[in-house]
Amino acid sequence: MENWSLVSVCVLLGLTTRWAVSFSSYSGAGKPPMFGDYEAQRHWQEVTYNLPVQEWYFNTTDNDLGYWGLDYPPLTAYHSLLCGHVAKLINPAWVELRTSRGFESAAHKLFMRTTVLFADILIYFPAVILYCIYLSDGSSKRKVATALCILLYPGLILIDYGHFQYNSVSLALTLWGIVGLGLGWNLLGALAFSLALNYKQMELYHSLPFFCFLLGKCIKQGLMGRGLLLLVKISLTVLVTFALCWWPFLSDPQLILQVLHRLFPVDRGLFEDKVANTWCSLNVLIKIKTLLSRDTQLLLSFALTLLSILPSSIKLLTKPTLWQFKLALVNSSLAFFLFSFQVHEKSILLPALPVCLMMNELPLMAVWFLLISTFSMLPLLLKDGLLLPYTVTSLAFLYLGVYLLSALDRSPEEELRLGSCHKRMQNYLSKHNLSLLVKCSFTVSLVAMAGLSFTSVVLEPPARLPDLFPVLVSVFSFLHFLAMLLYFNLVQLTEPSSKKSQKKTN
Amino acid sequence: MAAPMIAEWSWFVALAFGVSFIKCLLLNAYHSTDFEVHRNWLAVTHSLPVSQWYYESTSEWTLDYPPFFAWFEYGLSHVAKYFDKEMLVVQNLNYASPATVLFQRLSVIFTDLVFIYAVKECCKCCREDKGKDLLGKSSFILATLLLWNFGLLIVDHIHFQYNGFLFGVLLLSVARHFQKRHLEGALLFAVLLNLKHIYLYVAPAYGIFLLRCFCFTQNNADGSLQWRSFSPLRLVALGLIVLSTFAVSFGPFIVKGQLQQVISRLFPFKRGLCHAYWAPNIWALYNIADKALSILGVKLKLLDMSKFSKASMTGGLVQEFQHSVLPSVSPLITLICTLLSILPAVFSIWRRPNGARGFLRCMVICALGSFLFGWHVHEKAILMAILPLSLLAVESKEDARTFLILSTTGHFSLFPLLFTAQELPIKILLMLLFTIFSFSSLTKLFSKSGPLLNSVEVAYLLGLVPLELICEFVYPLTSWQHTLPFIPLLLTSVYCALGVLYSFIRLYLSVLTAPSTTGKAKSQ
Repeated sequence: MENWSLVSVCVLLGLTTRWAVSFSSYSGAGKPPMFGDYEAQRHWQEVTYNLPVQEWYFNTTDNDLGYWGLDYPPLTAYHSLLCGHVAKLINPAWVELRTSRGFESAAHKLFMRTTVLFADILIYFPAVILYCIYLSDGSSKRKVATALCILLYPGLILIDYGHFQYNSVSLALTLWGIVGLGLGWNLLGALAFSLALNYKQMELYHSLPFFCFLLGKCIKQGLMGRGLLLLVKISLTVLVTFALCWWPFLSDPQLILQVLHRLFPVDRGLFEDKVANTWCSLNVLIKIKTLLSRDTQLLLSFALTLLSILPSSIKLLTKPTLWQFKLALVNSSLAFFLFSFQVHEKSILLPALPVCLMMNELPLMAVWFLLISTFSMLPLLLKDGLLLPYTVTSLAFLYLGVYLLSALDRSPEEELRLGSCHKRMQNYLSKHNLSLLVKCSFTVSLVAMAGLSFTSVVLEPPARLPDLFPVLVSVFSFLHFLAMLLYFNLVQLTEPSSKKSQKKTN
Repeated sequence: MAAPMIAEWSWFVALAFGVSFIKCLLLNAYHSTDFEVHRNWLAVTHSLPVSQWYYESTSEWTLDYPPFFAWFEYGLSHVAKYFDKEMLVVQNLNYASPATVLFQRLSVIFTDLVFIYAVKECCKCCREDKGKDLLGKSSFILATLLLWNFGLLIVDHIHFQYNGFLFGVLLLSVARHFQKRHLEGALLFAVLLNLKHIYLYVAPAYGIFLLRCFCFTQNNADGSLQWRSFSPLRLVALGLIVLSTFAVSFGPFIVKGQLQQVISRLFPFKRGLCHAYWAPNIWALYNIADKALSILGVKLKLLDMSKFSKASMTGGLVQEFQHSVLPSVSPLITLICTLLSILPAVFSIWRRPNGARGFLRCMVICALGSFLFGWHVHEKAILMAILPLSLLAVESKEDARTFLILSTTGHFSLFPLLFTAQELPIKILLMLLFTIFSFSSLTKLFSKSGPLLNSVEVAYLLGLVPLELICEFVYPLTSWQHTLPFIPLLLTSVYCALGVLYSFIRLYLSVLTAPSTTGKAKSQ
């Protein structure tokens, strides 16, 4: 078979899976008065379609911010506006101001699902394919296999096509940024990532590596010559992109402040629901939420986040290669997820994107992480009635990872890429033993995941501890994430700076 | 030895798992009334004594498959009771609780294991060059063409039927013939006939082949029949197997004197010439020719408008339809046409069997002949030709060419089965997936000898794209959607009928012009 047909088979498999998952229910289906994220997205279409731009982020008689008020940056709002226009063409009742609240119908569900599919086809799929063809190593078959695995990552599919959100848009824009920087089209990369930031403020999790990578590139070219020129060009691109996105709001500083206030709702607390991050897990032991004041919490989380991303960022600054960049993206976004303020369980998709990109180099670890990340959202998925697609897509992903990427049968050196650290470890553990250890823990963790999933579905929690299973799931996932953060930091920081390995990974 | 064997077949397991995952994801998709048909049969066989199975008529979907299938449903019902007992109550018409849906869907997915096993046996029969890369191996291509067959996926796992299981039995029987285990093959086919009698379509091929290649043990040097080599023992063994299978199946009903009733349920001739949606066959062309002639006649004032009955042809009801210009067609005529269409092929394998491959070709012709000329044919019956033809497609270039035309048009003609907006993307995606794979892999497989299809064929197949766009996207927006809603169906079946007919003719030519393969016949 030709390569183009292999690629199209991959793309079609990805699309088929997505559409098949979309048959299931969505968040808040038939649950008035608040419904869920599905209604939030529909409501944004209603608001942006009917109200002038200046009122989008303000509480007015026509715009009750208490009911799914717009709290994403302008680009999301424009996207909603576009969808709103299409919706109006098909059925005006879908976006009628006020009366459309809580509108649900089979046709509307179909429309909403189609908008997600369109966004995916237009920007996410091309980015993944481009990345795999141009920026990943190996034979063409290996590249296609990697693409297939990335496209079938269950977490993103379940949240976008089950729960309902447009995560693939912001992630795709980031991926375009990565592809741009990887191919040396720095301005395109900067443009794409600026758009991503303007689509979803959570993309800040990725911002420091982007900044360090670009700055590192400039420094490498010499800050007094071509590097400076590049820096100016990049800064201009970013500024112009931001200015264009924020254009309608720039007339009035009050407006900007209100939008910013909506984007960073500090008063919503350290964490929401059950998140597999440090604060939520720590809360099981110490009630930090009540113990510390809001400002202390804010400061503490900020300090810890900064502290945990500094080493990887500095390393990237001194060695701006694509491999380092990808590792830094993982480390930074994972650190944000674990330590920052006001994190959602769905934010795990942000570290999941760069981990997807490592599926070729570190198959076992990547597959492991991605499975855990999907598992960490289990309570949410169960609430939305997505048990079946969760089970099927996770099993399929595990099987694909093990079969196509042969995640389980690679030598430990290759498998873990620990470099010098690995040599030191060899004093204690032989090669064979290390590989065995990793595989055993992988299996144990899989079994535990399966067991916990099963019990969450089948067993009733004891009356005294109604949140027992969600807490168990999040603590279990948290421990994995913490270990992964350490591991990925280790990989990044111990990578030797010899030219040979640079060539290999670049 | 075991380890390399596992590694060698790991790709097969991956293909089987992959498609099973897709099937599981389709659990919540739309299902047709066939879902209720099978639920009703579960209830009937579970809660009534055998003597009432073929008399029960609470639901309009009475049991109209042969006894073995009823027993199959009976077996399933004993698992079903652990899911939801309510589905086993005959009076619970249209019962579809989530547990019922889950059970019924899973039962299709699990019984497909028979199909998966059969495909593996078929792949073992593939002739192929060693040391090729996996994607270019003919066994890999064959496995994908069968396991990921678009028609089976949508008919079984969306529309809802048990064809995968049934085709599994058929393919297994074919594989047994390839492996020269003829008695086993005959037994499997006899069982299959008692599971679903539609496979009578291909029975002539089986009958002649077994008689010719199994009961006669030797050929003359030129491949023709050697009368003296007849083995009565083999004939008796064969007869015993077939008769005892039928005895086990129909015996209880014969003893109770219910044979008449069972037969009347199995062959309901009260239905019309064409199904509500015309299968793409000769009669679709015949109907359209009749319509065209009548319109032409009225225009030219040769015919009197008032004489026509106003019944529209595809009003959406299964009913008898009177032709206005051309003579009407009776069941007997369709039967004669069918027999005439398959006779030359059957005769040709009698003269020169060409081994199991010749038999398979004859079987495809029988299936296609009955599809093209049969009475009240369902569009789903095209699978009976497409699936066995896959086996030939990976072995010869000409068959690959026929396969691509037949499978593309045949599968496209299944589109109207799924008419819900929600399933529109999935059917297009799955169709593209199968079509792109089959075109690119078969082209690659025979890349040494130039392109597979000529430009006219390519143009015809590409014509399906605008046809689909018009039928499903443009037409519903026009005002004709309300006055003439059946036009898209009509266009689809007429357009596809041409491709099916063309494939039939091509297959026939390949049989009749086949070189006398004396040497090969021996080696097979």
